[in-house]
Amino acid sequence: QFSDSAGYVGFANLPNQVHRKSVKKGFEFTLMVVGESGLGKSTLINSLFLTDLYPERYIPGAAEKIERTVQIEASTVEIEERGVKLRLTVVDTPGYGDAINSQDCFKTIIQYIDNQFERYLHDESGLNRRHIIDNRVHCCFYFISPFGHGLKPLDVEFMKALHGKVNIVPVIAKADTLTLKERERLKRRVLDEISEHGIRIYQLPDADSDEDEEFKEQTRVLKASASIPFAVIGSNQLIEVKGKKIRGRLYPWGVVEVENPEHNDFLKLRTMLVTHMQDLQEVTQDLHYENFRSERLKRTGK
Amino acid sequence: PHAGPVESKNEAAMSELVPEPRQKPVVPMKPMGINANLLGYIGIDTIIEQMRKKTMKTGFDFNIMVVGQSGLGKSTLVNTLFKSQVSRKSSGWNREEKIPKTVEIKAIGHVIEEGGVKMKLTVIDTPGFGDQINNENCWEPIEKYINEQYEKFLKEEVNIARKKRIPDTRVHCCLYFISPTGHSLRPLDLEFMKHLSKVVNIIPVIAKADTMTLEEKTEFKQRVRKELEVNGIEFYPQKEFDEDLEDKTENDKIRQESMPFAVVGSDKEYQVNGKRVLGRKTPWGIIEVENLTHCEFALLRDFVIRTHLQDLKEVTHNIHYETYRAKRLNDNGGLPPMTVETEENHESNL
Repeated sequence: QFSDSAGYVGFANLPNQVHRKSVKKGFEFTLMVVGESGLGKSTLINSLFLTDLYPERYIPGAAEKIERTVQIEASTVEIEERGVKLRLTVVDTPGYGDAINSQDCFKTIIQYIDNQFERYLHDESGLNRRHIIDNRVHCCFYFISPFGHGLKPLDVEFMKALHGKVNIVPVIAKADTLTLKERERLKRRVLDEISEHGIRIYQLPDADSDEDEEFKEQTRVLKASASIPFAVIGSNQLIEVKGKKIRGRLYPWGVVEVENPEHNDFLKLRTMLVTHMQDLQEVTQDLHYENFRSERLKRTGK
Repeated sequence: PHAGPVESKNEAAMSELVPEPRQKPVVPMKPMGINANLLGYIGIDTIIEQMRKKTMKTGFDFNIMVVGQSGLGKSTLVNTLFKSQVSRKSSGWNREEKIPKTVEIKAIGHVIEEGGVKMKLTVIDTPGFGDQINNENCWEPIEKYINEQYEKFLKEEVNIARKKRIPDTRVHCCLYFISPTGHSLRPLDLEFMKHLSKVVNIIPVIAKADTMTLEEKTEFKQRVRKELEVNGIEFYPQKEFDEDLEDKTENDKIRQESMPFAVVGSDKEYQVNGKRVLGRKTPWGIIEVENLTHCEFALLRDFVIRTHLQDLKEVTHNIHYETYRAKRLNDNGGLPPMTVETEENHESNL
């Protein structure tokens, strides 16, 4: 089912998740990406969706960054694969964690997420509910630096502030800077700290009993403690290795292959995302949105 | 013919005698032709050997500070530089410990010996720098420490009964670790270097450079150099202190092409092509620390230790320290006592 042939992203598998519901109108999915600049976020997004979401990208210098506050930038792209349409919105948060004083840097982000909830609440309470557009953030990739020893104070504060509002998936990008041992140590440390601070990250649901063995096994692998957080490498550059052209990064000491499971968790992350898009949306609806809604309605006394 | 002391940066063993204030470049002796009017060999050139012997006997101090966010490989790099377990990481500090809430200054001294020459090396670590959510003014404790060492030295110097050899705790070199984002410097990097390049020799290095391909490295270095220039940050070797044309040519090349050095550190050895090398082992290859096609560690090492060690000390003494001293004398018309950190923070392996 999950072919690794070049160019295949894998979300054509979505129909299987919705248990044969109609998919003619296509899917909408909003993915938020948060992390300090330079952690490989854009490269990873481009690699995951085999696209260039940031063609005219301008990277500001340090002096400019001193003046900047956190921005919210949403880019939408329509991807079609084997007849299945996906309207993907990627929400970037440039400026996050860059300032010398990052005290308020996630206020803007919280506001954005709440605004989408607010809009949905409003639409839901309206008269015409057939064509409600779901712009709520379904998933947030939070990028942890591969250069540290674990979570930074800012990472902890962000996740604590947002785990009740959005599905948080911690990701370690630029994982090619770590040896295997260092990677394991970092993952363990991050998980320990997440648990220590009571942070609730997105949990993969167990496979349903009626799923086939392959899917069940895959879920087991994804849920294994050695997987999360996924340590990934992104690249859309093609390099020739043993006569084949594969996506990777060319170093003087060797080639890092993006889709080689022995090199990094890219395939696992991609699989997790595409096979759980439906679940991510459901949890957003049933848990995060409902929390927001009940808080909101309590406040206005309705 | 005018004979003057011949100074050469390449002599690692230079005298610890009180260095003189910076003199105008000495006119080198004109090379004598074969028919020169020399009455005989005097033996002035033996002074080099005398200085060398003296240094071997007394040894010398070198104080190096490392600054950068937690996890950039500072401790590992220093250990690799001196092929010794000299950093905080090796002195029983537990990596699993929490990040300190304020910047701490931790100085650890070691004596290392090579070829009969003893170096008292002090590594000054700055845990907590840049790690908080609010990092405003986090360079202040560092600036304070550096000035305190100048003050200590000044106090000794103005004593009536001075020590023959004033213990030198002044920071000769500050390695500033830049995160290899591939984009640009971070605001904190700019702020730190702006403030501190005026009081200490700063050598910026790009840490964990094994995360960048050759192209990315070249681009990033160019970008960083440009940013430093645009913001008026003079890192070591500073242009204004080039002594002569030879210096300038050599240093220009380093400033405009090599620096900031993109380095990788390691304290583990692996077998590569029959040789044991320091490196990092990954599923896709072994990164050799001392291989110039892999990273610029060897350039940094040669620069700091093999060619510019003495100059780092001289610039510290003749420029930075003198600047501090002049300001102190001007400010107070004398030298009222200034509180100085006690020896509590200084561990030593002596």
